Parts: sequence; structure tokens; C-alpha cells
Amino acid sequence: MSQITKTTYQLPIGPIHPALKEPVMFKFEIDGEKIIAVDVELGHVHRAIEWTGMRRNPIQIIYLAERICGICSFVHPMAYCRAVENACNIQVPERADYLRVVHGELERIASHLLWAGVAAHEIGFDTVLFLTWEMREKVLDLIEYLTGNRVTKAILMIGGVRRDIKPENIPKIKETLEYFKENYKKLSHVFLDDKTFKMRSQGCGILTYEDALRLCAVGPTTRASGVKKDVRVDQPYAAYSDLDVDYMTPDKRTGEINGDVYDRIIVRLLEVKQSIELIERAVDQMPTGDIMSEPKIPKLLNYIKKTAGEGIGRDEAPRGEVIHYIKFDGVNEQPFTWKVRASTYANILPWIPMLKGQQIADISIVAASTDPCMSCTNRVTIIDKNKKYMLDKEQLHKLSVEKTRRLMR
Amino acid sequence: MAKGLPKSFKKSLWVFHCNSGSCNGCDIEIIAALCPRYDVERFGIKLVGTPRHADALLVTGPVTRQQAERVKLVNEQMPDPKVVIAIGNCGNTGDVFYESYNLVGPIQDVLPVDIHVIGCPPRPENIIHAVAKAWTKLETLEGK
Repeated sequence: MSQITKTTYQLPIGPIHPALKEPVMFKFEIDGEKIIAVDVELGHVHRAIEWTGMRRNPIQIIYLAERICGICSFVHPMAYCRAVENACNIQVPERADYLRVVHGELERIASHLLWAGVAAHEIGFDTVLFLTWEMREKVLDLIEYLTGNRVTKAILMIGGVRRDIKPENIPKIKETLEYFKENYKKLSHVFLDDKTFKMRSQGCGILTYEDALRLCAVGPTTRASGVKKDVRVDQPYAAYSDLDVDYMTPDKRTGEINGDVYDRIIVRLLEVKQSIELIERAVDQMPTGDIMSEPKIPKLLNYIKKTAGEGIGRDEAPRGEVIHYIKFDGVNEQPFTWKVRASTYANILPWIPMLKGQQIADISIVAASTDPCMSCTNRVTIIDKNKKYMLDKEQLHKLSVEKTRRLMR
Repeated sequence: MAKGLPKSFKKSLWVFHCNSGSCNGCDIEIIAALCPRYDVERFGIKLVGTPRHADALLVTGPVTRQQAERVKLVNEQMPDPKVVIAIGNCGNTGDVFYESYNLVGPIQDVLPVDIHVIGCPPRPENIIHAVAKAWTKLETLEGK
């Protein structure tokens, strides 16, 4: 009798476009349709930002930090500014704290809607992609109205923000928030009650509570597994301590926690609602006063140059916690060290337990469910020339669409 | 170069998007251009999943060392006639990353760029305008 030996094969995916429009490379060990091992290779978007930052002055770094990631273009400079404020003992005026909350939450809405659209696209539901992105344009309109730009906002400054919200701007904010309140029901109905979404996301890509704790996942990824972790609540910054923020976990809606892709959708949708309420409260309660602690930039630069010290800035990005560390030596204008830890960096290891045991067609939705942001994350520069068979984004997407169709039958 | 472009060219232009290490800013604006607000599909402009189907290549980002080879490969896979559009400041000049050790260049050092779109990120209108310009360029090839 001949012995049948079970063999596995390797399936590399990437670096041009596995789940998002970003370069990252996965190597899967596949047995039939099942994934038994996963390896992730990074470094395609490494632009040496920290290295460059150590050659710039603290004000220039704000704009460099903004370009770490185009989607988190508020939270990175925010964490950086908070690190510098911490290092140099700069007090932020109260009004600026509230303005920071408004801009941060607007970015959260934009980012979560972007993610929702991408997730819908990954399972082949392009109608929903267009629906959510049309809603997203409304937030971008408001962001443009308040800051002057759609994506990179250039609103932050060390010790405050650069532009104020004037009384005549408030009706437009309220109007946009009303629009979102009306459309939120539609959105949650599409995502949470739709049969297609439920079939593809329930019981798929599970991250258990223990794994989430063990692998230090952050943001909606960890909250969907029931871990109560949110910088806005744990160590309130800006004006969050006045605004009554709570952890958003999926049991608030369904009463149970599974840690699957469906739960991650719930968490993000709940957070969109939370953000709308937070902006509303922040606009209503906003005190009057200055928006910058030191409006004269040369004076501010000179002060930072003379200060020696180190500081940490943490904040809750749409994807999870962002940490910036900075150290000044008190002699040079340039920082001595600048270290960034973006949220996706902590959310990469959880991919491994999520993807193990899944089917190939689920790769894109599971990978997308942590809302990965490669441009924030890339640090290392090791990559081999691969000569292996490649499954490109198109084929992967096709497999995913086919699975949806199969389930619908 | 092909003599006389096929009829379908005048009706529609398919684009392929390649990220050479950008910050996502330009990339989300490209997607925004495809979505209902700007809706480029009404002009027949469509984002395709493989370079082999594309007429125009949208490159974003300052071209990192790891991506340089791949960007070249993508360009080689595209059939002639084609146009290359460099989107965003960092793709055109290096922008804030200009002195970084890990960059091979602005895109024009790696690929022959036909159209430059500046802005950090450029607005969707600018991107659509660039693709419309690509059309004009391809039409001039038709006469040759």
C-alpha cells in the first residue's frame, strides 16, 4: 500500500496590494484551503522618518509627523506635540484642548468610514463602499471647512492649535452632525443586519481575549475581543476627561463578545456614533480663550532649544494607541531622539492567531479587519527577492467575491 | 509604438495604481476620485487590478529602495502605449523626505514620467485633470 503523505505549500501574497492599497508581504503555509502558518514581511514603506526628524527643528517635525500616515494625519502630530509639551513643560490653553478633541474625533469618523468602505469592498460588496465613501465626503467637507485641507490638516502647533472655530462656523458643524445622525441608522443597518455581511464576518478571524492581552493588541481590534483599553479613558488627554468617554465593546450592542470580524465592525460603528456625540458636546462646552500658548514661533523654538528633557505623548488613533517619545539635549535645536510607535505595529502579531485555520478567501477581510496602516508601521528593511508564485490583489479579491456568491446561494 | 489607437481608447482609459511607499494621503484621494462624489467612471476612467490591463499608471510615494524594482516591473508589464502619472509632492520632488537614506528617488529617476501632479495630497479634481491630460498625450501618439 502506498503511503499518502500530506504536504503543504507556500503562498506568498504581496507586496503590491494584498488587502489594502499598501505594500506589505504575507507568506502563508497552506494545507488545501486552510492556512496553517503565517509570516508577515514589512519594510516596503520605510522612509526613515525618525532619522530625518533628528535633523529637523521641532516645528518642522510637526509636518514630518503629519506625513507618517495620510489617514492618521492628526493623531501623529498630536502625539508628537504632546511629547514635546511634556518634555518642555508647555501648558496648552483649555480652548485648544477642546479644539483638539473636535479635530481628533472628526478624523476618527473619516477613518472608520474609510475602513468600513474598504471592508465592504474586500467581501465584494462595492455598493456599500460607494455608500460609505459618499458619507465620508461630508466629513472631509467639514474638515476642509475648519482647517483648509482635506487630508493633511496642518492644524496642530506645539502648545495649541493653529486655527480657531469661530461662532459662524458652528451652524455648519451642527448641520453635518445632523446629517450623520440621520444616516447612522442606515449605515448600521447595512453593516449589522445584512445577511451577506453576517455570513462573511461572523465566526471569522477570531482573536480571543487572552490572545489580545498576550499580543498587546490596541484600539478597536482589542476592544472587539473584550479588552477594555482606550487611552481616552485610561489616561485622558486634551479635554476627554470632561467629556465622559467610555470603552466601546461589542457587548454594548449584542450582549456578547466573540472577537470576530463582525465584532470589529460593531466596535467601529459604535465609535462613529460616540465621536458624533463627543464633537457635539465639545462644541457646546467649549470655553473661550487663547488657542496657542505661545503664538510667536521663534520664541517658542528658542525656548524648546534651551530645554533639556524627555517626554512621552500618547493618544488614541482610530486604529489604537500611538506613542511618541522625544528627548532634547538642551544644546541643539534638533531632538536627540524621536521614537514613534504607531498603532498598527501592535496589531500585526494578532494577525497570526486570526488568520490561522481560515480559508484563503478570508485573508483579505481578516487582514483588513484590523485596519492596517503600513505607512505608519514600517521600520525594518529586510526583503528577499521572491521568485515564487504570486497571488495578486485581483485574484485574491476575486476569490473573496466568489466565496460571498457561494454563500448567497 | 502602436500606429493608430484602437477605438476603445477614445471611450475609456484604464488606470492602475501603484504605491511606491507613500503615506496613503494620495492613495485615499485616488479612491475618493473613483467614488460617487467625483465618479470618474462616467468618463470611462476605471481602476483596474493588474498593470497588464492598464493604459495609465498612477504612481504615488517617493519610491523606497524596496519598491523601486517592483515599480519598474509594474511599468514593464503595462502594454504600450502608456502614460505614467506621478502623483503627490513626494513623488515629484521627495518633499519632506528628500534627504532620507532609503529613497531611490523621485519617480522620474526610476520611470519616465509624463505627467506631474503636485499637492500634498493633490485634490481629486487635480488627479482627474491629470488623467484627462494623459488622454491628450495618448491622442497625439495616434497621429504618429
